[in-house]
Amino acid sequence: MSPLPDLVCPAGSLPALKAAVDNGADAVYLGYKNDTNARNFAGLNFDAKAMAEGIRYAQAKGREVLMAINTFPQAGRSADWHKAVDGAVDQGVDAIILADIGLLDYARNKHPQQRLHLSVQGSATSYEAINFCQREFGVHRAVLPRVLTLAQVEHVIKNTTVEIEVFGFGSLCVMNEGRCWLSSYACGESPNTVGACSPAKYVKWDKKPGTMETRLNGILIDRFGDDEPAGYPTLCKGRFEVQGETYYALEEPTSLNVLELLPEIIKIGVKAIKVEGRQRSPTYVAQVTRTLRAALDSLRNGSERFHVKPAWQAELAKVSEGSQATLGAYNRPWR
Amino acid sequence: MSAQFTIPKFKLPGFIASIGQKLPQWPHALALVAGLNAALKMKLLPESELDALADKLFRVRILDTGGEATYTYRNGLFRPVFRPEREPDLAFAANLSAYLQMLARQEDPDTLFFNRELEITGDTELGLIVKNMLDAIEWPQLSAKLPLLRH
Ligand code: SF4
Repeated sequence: MSPLPDLVCPAGSLPALKAAVDNGADAVYLGYKNDTNARNFAGLNFDAKAMAEGIRYAQAKGREVLMAINTFPQAGRSADWHKAVDGAVDQGVDAIILADIGLLDYARNKHPQQRLHLSVQGSATSYEAINFCQREFGVHRAVLPRVLTLAQVEHVIKNTTVEIEVFGFGSLCVMNEGRCWLSSYACGESPNTVGACSPAKYVKWDKKPGTMETRLNGILIDRFGDDEPAGYPTLCKGRFEVQGETYYALEEPTSLNVLELLPEIIKIGVKAIKVEGRQRSPTYVAQVTRTLRAALDSLRNGSERFHVKPAWQAELAKVSEGSQATLGAYNRPWR
Repeated sequence: MSAQFTIPKFKLPGFIASIGQKLPQWPHALALVAGLNAALKMKLLPESELDALADKLFRVRILDTGGEATYTYRNGLFRPVFRPEREPDLAFAANLSAYLQMLARQEDPDTLFFNRELEITGDTELGLIVKNMLDAIEWPQLSAKLPLLRH
């Protein structure tokens, strides 16, 4: 039996970080309060003081802190991203998660001792790309985009010595990991330009008797009946009329949930499992971390008797956006 | 955040709401504002974000008790607004149990919102600031005094 993968959990605030650590995360990932990370939402994330406290709290309990600096520097403003990298090193994070090749190069040269992870935004889907990043920038771990089947993940792992991290739970951002411009089409701002998809200032929830409409910069994204679960209005998860039919034309608003696949994920040698959701509250972090911890721990002594407990599924289903869960690309027959 | 103490999802019978609406609204508003100001005094709310709340009008409505409070943030303090002259910038509406579950950090506001148990209307960005601000509060200091919030 391979060793258990690390459980890597999101922290959008200090209480969320503590919730992750207290509920059994092996590592937490977080970002600064600015557009150097892809969850740059109002009121979220860490200033230097909260960061110091968070790092102290996690490391005192033997957990790792991974700092996401995973957006692409804006033209003429590279200095801001360099400052974020220097700050992370100064504060003593265990690793920095980067996507931009220029930044990887900067970090490697300026701080050769610092452990670097390749962000999912870096879109490396092949072992050739990953090995290149290892050779050039000393990348220690790569987070795989959510587009690979398990067999493909296994193929990557077999052909690299770089640690491999995969997504295990959370909302799906399906389009082209980190290169999606749909949000810019609607409102001129996208994850890679301002650090947020569909920023809240463009979002409108319109409650009318019997329905709720959601709009992004005026564009109708979806309409929900009173008993229907609602979702955040990103273009990719909207219902649109196409040739006379109204449906989720781009993607169903489902959540990824790999509980069922855990034994296989462990068997193929995945080093870490990541939970999405730095924009969610400490309560979500606690619920998801606790559940995945219990599932992983039940696999500590082998997978023969592993079964997914209904209580785990219920807990995860409750916090999911949209009411359905999916195994994502992991078990897709086609590629 | 253990399971020792869980708040069930409940809805008070409709007649309570109809009584609630007939009661003066100021006790709710005062209690809420006193709580928020206490949090301010204890420096639990991040100053960097408070500026975004200045002069905004907030309304919290408890559907099953019929209670309602409107307040604003001005010159460093939260203040009740007894006769609001305009629609609030941000309005919350939910049953009492949903608020209690949220305060006790038993349920996530997004979960409640997506499941349609919490209604948020008005300025979405302001809503996000408020949500993230509440999420970032370290409650332990408060919960020691309020048994309801202990977890
Ligand atoms: S529109 Fe959808 S796929 Fe594109 S960045 Fe936003 S969440 Fe991701």
